[in-house]
Amino acid sequence: MKNDNMQGDPKAGKQHATPILDELESGPWPSFVTGLKRLRDSKDKKYAPMMNDLLGQLEHSYEERKGFWKGGTLSVYGYGGGVIPRFSEVAEEFPESKEFHTLRIMPPPGFHYTTDILRKLCDIWEEHGSGLIALHGQSGDIMFQGCTSENTQIAFDELNKLGFDLGGAGPALRTAMSCVGAARCEQSCFDEGRAHRGIINKFLDEMHRPSLPYKFKFKFSGCGNDCVNSIQRADFALIGTWRDDMKVNQEEVKKHIAKKGRKYTIDTVISMCPTRALSLNDDDTLDVDNKSCVRCMHCINVMTKALSPGDDRGASVMIGGKRSLKVGDMMGIMVLPFIKLETDEDFEKLEEFAETCIEFFADNALEHERIGETIDRIGLPAFLEGVGVEADPNMVNHPRTSSYVRTDDFDEEAAKWFERKAKQEGRAINDE
Amino acid sequence: MSEAQEKPRTADEVGVPDHHQYMHPLLNKNHGNWDYHDRPRAGVLRHVSKSGDVVFSVRAGTQRQMDVYTIRKLCDIGDEYGDGHVRFTTRSNIEYIIADEAKVAPMIEALEEAGFPVGGTGASVSMISHTQGWLHCDIPGTDASGVVKGLMDYLHKEFIQERMPNRVRITTSCCQINCGGQGDIAINVQYTKPPTINHDLVANVCERPAVVARCPVAAIRPAMVDGKPSLEIDEKKCVCCGACYPPCPPMQINGADSTKIAIWVGGKHSNARSKPTFHKLAIANLPNNPPHWPEVGAVVRKIIEAYKADAKDWERMGEWIDRIGWKAFFDMTDLAFTKHHLDTWTGARKNMNSSSHIHF
Repeated sequence: MKNDNMQGDPKAGKQHATPILDELESGPWPSFVTGLKRLRDSKDKKYAPMMNDLLGQLEHSYEERKGFWKGGTLSVYGYGGGVIPRFSEVAEEFPESKEFHTLRIMPPPGFHYTTDILRKLCDIWEEHGSGLIALHGQSGDIMFQGCTSENTQIAFDELNKLGFDLGGAGPALRTAMSCVGAARCEQSCFDEGRAHRGIINKFLDEMHRPSLPYKFKFKFSGCGNDCVNSIQRADFALIGTWRDDMKVNQEEVKKHIAKKGRKYTIDTVISMCPTRALSLNDDDTLDVDNKSCVRCMHCINVMTKALSPGDDRGASVMIGGKRSLKVGDMMGIMVLPFIKLETDEDFEKLEEFAETCIEFFADNALEHERIGETIDRIGLPAFLEGVGVEADPNMVNHPRTSSYVRTDDFDEEAAKWFERKAKQEGRAINDE
Repeated sequence: MSEAQEKPRTADEVGVPDHHQYMHPLLNKNHGNWDYHDRPRAGVLRHVSKSGDVVFSVRAGTQRQMDVYTIRKLCDIGDEYGDGHVRFTTRSNIEYIIADEAKVAPMIEALEEAGFPVGGTGASVSMISHTQGWLHCDIPGTDASGVVKGLMDYLHKEFIQERMPNRVRITTSCCQINCGGQGDIAINVQYTKPPTINHDLVANVCERPAVVARCPVAAIRPAMVDGKPSLEIDEKKCVCCGACYPPCPPMQINGADSTKIAIWVGGKHSNARSKPTFHKLAIANLPNNPPHWPEVGAVVRKIIEAYKADAKDWERMGEWIDRIGWKAFFDMTDLAFTKHHLDTWTGARKNMNSSSHIHF
């Protein structure tokens, strides 16, 4: 069956009154209601009746202060996720929008588009969907909202032929996000897009055929400003950082002070350094105690021309961020303080570590448990052992304060620490 | 059955598309080689490369849930006044990447003419990051786009200028799962009553052990009700979080009288200066009052005005409150401090003041 019965239906001509929603059309901010009405009023388009009923149902929600969608099961051929099914609970009143599914489509890293590709995406959604697109959802997906069950496959096929693919839903690897990064930001410490595509495209099977205990999210931020909120929202967060000294252009420091004032610079830069690593010299040059610097980005954010990250750049990996369900909010824990990301080999190592973490999650998490909750349940040492990472002081705010721990192998563990340290410093363990 | 369903096409599992094919040529040329940036005016970023190349980014607010006409209008502007290359920020602002400075002013004019506010950079109130709400979610306590539209109308002036002490990031969430995320101000649904159970449906719709396991306070247990296998709730234990509702829709958590809105403050993603923080409760029990949510708007207004008047440059909301103390925050905003502000969840103790540090 083709859905051309929608066009001939006289009911479709009857427009739902939307007095409450109409109030959201005035004011200076762009109105989504006006947009929905444009779709409803596109009488030559297949989706017009659907959008009329959608507006009717939304108005009904505004009246009743309740939502009227229920989920279900729907996907495309060969995939087990990526489509969010929505069936109306008030379909009798609003039959044309009784099915209003979303296709979650993965965006390019950094959300870069040409106007040409955006137009092509619009054309497909105008033909097979509702004409309503959200740029972007909170997981980063382009959300093509409003598709009938029948059109889901063809809509996906067309998007797929254009080079786009479904993202994640359910207990699976989810769509990732990355900041604008190296493409346009001088603060970027690694190639976010490369890491993003490298990891996600390697594990597409975990995304398209959900079989993990619960969701697993990656996010990629090029520096500590964490523009994609990876620490709080990603199971696996990659955050750019550097190991050597930050770069200072003293002439630009002087210019900044000349422009902004000495006191203002002290108040907004020197005093705001979280580890007291900055000091202003009498000649208006800057002293940086790089050993104390924690790469927080503040002074670099303020003095963009004078200060920048160092040259020995890479990233930190933090594991276990998530929001409240069900044990409470969690931020990621620093698990790999530094991983170099320059060569092909570096990126392969990162992908291998990501794979180790996903496998550990698949093998050890309980159903509906996020990796952060698993770590809470089993303890960080057990997780580290599982993924082959040694304990590091950068993982903690401070060492344990509770004495309730068995330490009879403390000496062996200490020996390992000194061995690692010696190895890092390039000397044999019995040198001294 | 349609032909498409009989002979489905096998997907080409292309995964994440290559962004380089869509990027502005100057972004590709200078990838990883940028030197610094500044902001000639609110809504405009100027990035300078070590190669000497310069690109301008003009940022404008959108409604996020966009009809194809809106997207095509944005594309028309990008083609006529820009270089045909755009990107989106995580807060659904569009950015036009332009090589020629002479194009910046006409681009701004065209965007404003078409009703897209130019701003959202630096110390502004950027677009509210939000969720789906009544438009598309299966468990929403309120709408998302409507709340955001109402608030951004009010905050419009703070979007198009950079006059706040530091950036202000607001989020909204339609249930306590908080898909909107952490924010300087977070406007989240807060349920106030335990779910109402339709015992006729539970056995058929819900996987009961999974629902029991979902409860964070172990308040749900299997029970026979009127001879039917169902679930019951210990209402004294229940914290009204709504976690049981997604896996078991017959446990309706929403109600016209019990779906309320809470406002939280002081969340921060960035590691700049202080470490990232979660937002903290400022006020609960505000009415869920569409289409303008005036009670919510009034509190947000008070909080933003107090922050704007009192915070020092570069202090985020949470850092400002850290300095002045919570007493001053509640005084300045005329909000009540109640027993419900005292954390009772796991780890609550570390949120209490175990020092003699006091603000008077």
